[in-house]
Amino acid sequence: MALSRQDVAKVGLLARLALSGDDLDRMTGELSKIVGFVSQLEELDTKAVAPLAHPLDTQNVFRDDVPAASLTTAEALQSAPRHDGSCFLVPAVLGESGAA
Amino acid sequence: MQPLELSAIDLVTAIRQGDVPAVQVAEAFLDRIAKVDGVIHAFLHVDRTAALERAADIDARRKAGKPLGPLAGLPVAVKDALCTADQPTTCASKMLAGYRPPYDAEVVARLRAADAVIVGKTNMDEFAMGGSNENSAFGPVHNPWDVSRAPGGSSGGSAACVAADMAPVAIGSDTGGSIRQPAGLCGITGLKPTYGRVSRRGLVAFASSLDQIGPMTRSAADAALVMEAIAGHDPGDATSLANAVPPYASLLEQPLTGLRIGRVAEHFGPGLDPEVAHGVEEAFAAFKAAGATIHDVELPHAKYGIATYYLVAPCEASSNLARYDGAHYGHRAEPGRGHHSSGAPTGGFESPLVEMYCRSRAEGFGPEVKRRIMLGTYALSSGYYDAYYAKALRVRRLIRQDYLDAFREVDLIGGPVSPTPAFPLGEKTNDPLAMYLVDMYTVGTNLAGIGGISFPCGFTKGGLPIGFQLQGPALSEPLLLRAADRYQRLTDWHRRRPKLPA
Repeated sequence: MALSRQDVAKVGLLARLALSGDDLDRMTGELSKIVGFVSQLEELDTKAVAPLAHPLDTQNVFRDDVPAASLTTAEALQSAPRHDGSCFLVPAVLGESGAA
Repeated sequence: MQPLELSAIDLVTAIRQGDVPAVQVAEAFLDRIAKVDGVIHAFLHVDRTAALERAADIDARRKAGKPLGPLAGLPVAVKDALCTADQPTTCASKMLAGYRPPYDAEVVARLRAADAVIVGKTNMDEFAMGGSNENSAFGPVHNPWDVSRAPGGSSGGSAACVAADMAPVAIGSDTGGSIRQPAGLCGITGLKPTYGRVSRRGLVAFASSLDQIGPMTRSAADAALVMEAIAGHDPGDATSLANAVPPYASLLEQPLTGLRIGRVAEHFGPGLDPEVAHGVEEAFAAFKAAGATIHDVELPHAKYGIATYYLVAPCEASSNLARYDGAHYGHRAEPGRGHHSSGAPTGGFESPLVEMYCRSRAEGFGPEVKRRIMLGTYALSSGYYDAYYAKALRVRRLIRQDYLDAFREVDLIGGPVSPTPAFPLGEKTNDPLAMYLVDMYTVGTNLAGIGGISFPCGFTKGGLPIGFQLQGPALSEPLLLRAADRYQRLTDWHRRRPKLPA
C-alpha cells in the first residue's frame, strides 16, 4: 500500500503537524512501508469477529453527581504559554490577523 | 552496611528497625547517581535536596515513635511520564520541556503516602514511543552492561538506573513491552500488571486501552512489595479495577508444585537469537526442576500482534496527543519566528490559530512521535477507518481469545522477552519497522489486557543479560510474582551486577 505525497500532506493537516518538503518526502516513504506491513491483517477473515476496543468487561463507569475538588483557575493556567488570568489566549481563530 | 547492595525489602526493614537512617540510604543512592549517571544518562531530573529532606523527615518520625508507611525511606525513581507536582514532567519531549504538572499522578501520591523517597525522574523514549530509549529528546540512555548498547525502551532510564544501582526500585509504564523489554535487556525484573490493576491517573497518556504502570526492581520479591503500595482501585481512573489488592509479598511462600507453564513453539522461530533461545530453554528446565510442568500451547494469531499493535496504539496516540496544541500547556511556536527548521512548511493554513497548532506541534514533537501521530491519523481518517482501525480491533479480539483458550490448559505462558539481547545504539534508528519488531513477544500481553513479568535467565558469552517472560491471565499477579520469585530463589542471575567504568 503506497501513500502519495498528497495523501501525507492531507494527513499532516488533519494531524495539525506542519510538514516541510523534506518531511513529506521522508514520511511518504516511511508510512508507505509501515502501512504495507500492517496490511498483512487483510489475510485474516474477521467478518464474524466483533471489534475489541479495550480489554475490560466494564462499561460506562460513572461517579456520583456531586461536586468534587478540581484545579483552580490559577493552577489550570500555570503552564499556559499565554493567558490573561482567567482565559487561555490564542491567535485569531478566524481570518488573517490579530494574533495574540 | 552498604545500602546499594540491599534489596528493597531489606532496605525498608533496616530503616524501620533503625539499623540505618533513611538519610544515609538516600545519600548512598544519590551519590551513586552523581558518580555514574554521567555515563548512563538514566535520569532527566534528580532532586537531591527534596529527597534528603524527605528522608530526614522519615528519620525524625521514626525517632519520635510515629507510624511509618510500608515503603518508609525506600528510594524510588519514577519514569518521566508520571506527573510529579514538585519536579518537572517532560515525557522526554521538547513539547513538555520544563513542564510542571499541577498535581501528582495517583501512583506518585501512593508512593509518597507509603513514605517512599522519590529521587528523580527517569529518561525514556519520547511519550513512551520506542524500544531503545533513543527517541528521547534529551539524549539516549546507555545500557549499564555495555554502554555502547541501548537499554531498551521505552522505560530505559528506569531499567538502567536499577541495573546500575542508582535506585533499588523504579516505576515504569508498559504499552507494548516498555517495562518488560528494557528490564530484560538490562537484567532486572519488570512487572506489567493486568490492565486496570494500577491507576493511570496522572500518567501521560499514550494508548489508553493498552497503557499500564508497574514496578521495575532487582527481584520479584521487591516487585511484590511495591505492588502492594501502588495497586488498587482509584475513583480518578475509570479503567482501574475494583478488585481487592492481594498481599503479594506473603503469597510468595506458596510452592510451585503442579504449576503448568505453556511453551509456544512459534516463539522459537526465525529471528530469535540462538543464545537467547538457549537461555530461555534453560529457564524452562529450571522451572521443571522446581516442580512445574511444561506444555505446548498455541497462540495462532500472535504473529499478527505487531501489525495489530501498530494500528491500535498509533490511532489512540493520535487522539491522545491532540491535547498538545500550544494553547493550554507545553511548547508554543512563536508567531513570525520563521518556519520549521527543516524547510518551509506546506502552508495553506486556514487561520492564524491553525498555523500556531501546526507549527507548535511540528517544533515540539520528535520524528517517531510524528510518525505515529501521522499513522494513527491516517488509519482513522475517512475511508480508511474500517480497513485499518476497525480491522485491528477485530484481530485484537482474536489475539485475546487465543490467550483465554491457552489459559484453560496452562496457568502461565513462558518464553523470551525480546528476540535479541541489547543491540548497539544507532543500529535500528533509521529503520522504524525494524525497531517495532523488538516488541514481537510483548505486545500480545497489552492487546489482551493480561499480566506479564520479565526477569533475567542468563547471559550471553558477550556478557549481556537474557530475559525470560511469563504471561498470565488477568489478575494473575500473585502467581506471576510467585513463579518469578521461586526461580530467583534457585538462581542468581538477578544478583549479577554490571561493572561500570569508574
